[in-house]
Amino acid sequence: MRIAIIDTSQTRAAIISEGLRDAGLDDLVVIDPAGPLAAQIEAAVPEVVLVNLENPSRDMLEDFFVMSRALSRPIAMFVDQSDAEATGAAIDAGVSAYVVDGLSKQRIKPVLDLAVRRFQAFSRLQRELDEAKNALAERATVDRAKSILMKRRGIDEPAAYALLRGQAMRTNRRIAEIAEAIVTSEALMGDLP
Amino acid sequence: MTSETLRIGFLPLVDAALPILAHELGFAEAEGLKLELVRDMTWATVRDRLLYGHTDAAHMVAPLAIATALGRDRPAMPLAVPFVLGLNGNAITFSTALADAVGLRGTLGDPVAVGAALKQVVQTRAAEGRRLRFGVVHRYSSHNYMLRYWLAGVGIRPDSDVEIKVTSPPFAADALAAGEVDGICVGEPWNSIAVDRGVGRIALATAQIWRRGVEKVLALRGDVADERRDDVLKLIRALHAAAAWFVRPDSAEQSADILAGSAYLDASRDAILRAITDRIRLVPGGPPVHYPDFMFQYREAANFPWRSQAAWLYSQMARWDGLPYSDADAATAAGVFRPDLYREALAGSGAPLPGASSKLEGGLDQPIGAGSVQGRLVLGADRFFDRRAFDPEDIPGYLAALP
Repeated sequence: MRIAIIDTSQTRAAIISEGLRDAGLDDLVVIDPAGPLAAQIEAAVPEVVLVNLENPSRDMLEDFFVMSRALSRPIAMFVDQSDAEATGAAIDAGVSAYVVDGLSKQRIKPVLDLAVRRFQAFSRLQRELDEAKNALAERATVDRAKSILMKRRGIDEPAAYALLRGQAMRTNRRIAEIAEAIVTSEALMGDLP
Repeated sequence: MTSETLRIGFLPLVDAALPILAHELGFAEAEGLKLELVRDMTWATVRDRLLYGHTDAAHMVAPLAIATALGRDRPAMPLAVPFVLGLNGNAITFSTALADAVGLRGTLGDPVAVGAALKQVVQTRAAEGRRLRFGVVHRYSSHNYMLRYWLAGVGIRPDSDVEIKVTSPPFAADALAAGEVDGICVGEPWNSIAVDRGVGRIALATAQIWRRGVEKVLALRGDVADERRDDVLKLIRALHAAAAWFVRPDSAEQSADILAGSAYLDASRDAILRAITDRIRLVPGGPPVHYPDFMFQYREAANFPWRSQAAWLYSQMARWDGLPYSDADAATAAGVFRPDLYREALAGSGAPLPGASSKLEGGLDQPIGAGSVQGRLVLGADRFFDRRAFDPEDIPGYLAALP
């Protein structure tokens, strides 16, 4: 069963491919999102096409699937009426699946389930990456706020940190927010006596 | 009072204005509704989010709502359209090369004359083995049907004399620039953006093809419209209030400011303002030309979902999908439009409410008073460019007479 993957994120496409290969589904074609999509799909002759839900080419692709005479069998969106949850879960995860006419549901279901899990794994990774980036940025802000306090008040680092922490607790805000405010006010008023 | 939340999917287009303004200017809040707007890049995703409950309602190209209810390309899902979000507002833009070949001048031409000149080019190109190619925004879009109606009406056979493919609006100008298509039929501001970039010239406004063509609608799943009927009625009132505000001449600047924002259209404020005020720049650097009714809202009960509009869209679907006409499909299509909900929501408000749910489309040369159950209703000229009229009671007869 040949599966084509069309994804605006190449990282996610790689994560999905890996998962499918691990499950023994190794007849895969990853479509280059920057290249001509229709020509690549025609050349690949896939039986299943996985497209990320937010792919900006979906309207064009759906039209191509219906209109193309190059594909021997028409491709339609996989909508499982007997198990609406399966399609719903795919949409929730952010994947839309298209399958050729006549392909049995039993064969599609495992592919879709796997794609859903891989999409979710990618979202989780992305979230973790965003969190890590945020944490890093916050730490840099806290460091800058500490050095401002140290210079202005002539105190050492532990005292500067205690000041930040105390203010955060009293005002029920996060240390990073207090630090942000200090950095901002320093940028605007740092030159005042 | 606790507000009910409705999530509304939309594409970044000028005619997504009413739900956006209803949210931004407090018309929804005044009805006790909280709106959350969900922006997407394709109609396929707007449709999927609606069908699987990510959104409660959606800004949608009218034919897609009907195709979804009829189960074209996927299992049928009943939809309800209680409100039309706008009439027309689209244009046909030619690439600079095609505009030159057709001899477009810096004015909106007569559809018949432009069509005759285009036919010459189509024949030359076909003889050279290079068919002209047009881009529309979706298979099931009014853009596709308007373009095809015009082409067929001037003797150009879509699908055999020219090729029509789908091009997403944000990429339409790129497709023109790259020579992937020779013309596009898209909504604003995307024609203006192509003109401003110097890659095309506007040939016609779709309002010239059908003066009162149904365009975007508010679509909900049938079961959601039933279960949340009160919220739907509130939403109709909020959208109607937003429409009244939107057509005020003194509101255009503020509307353009809001719509241009990064959460909404994230596009040129100037191009949006031109579309709102019916002024369109046809050639790069040229003065904007005022074309009244370019995009039509509010007046003449323009937001009323006439079942005959849905029936006309179904007639075009039967015509171009190559599927035989069926009474059952025609009834399903017409039933998607829900004038009953519109009337119920606006009863007692002073808004004119048509007495009928269906009318002859394209039959009026002059404004005429029409029967209403509330308020005074005047319907303006609504002709198709070829002066044919559509009788929703005789779709087979209409289809048989079309070229």
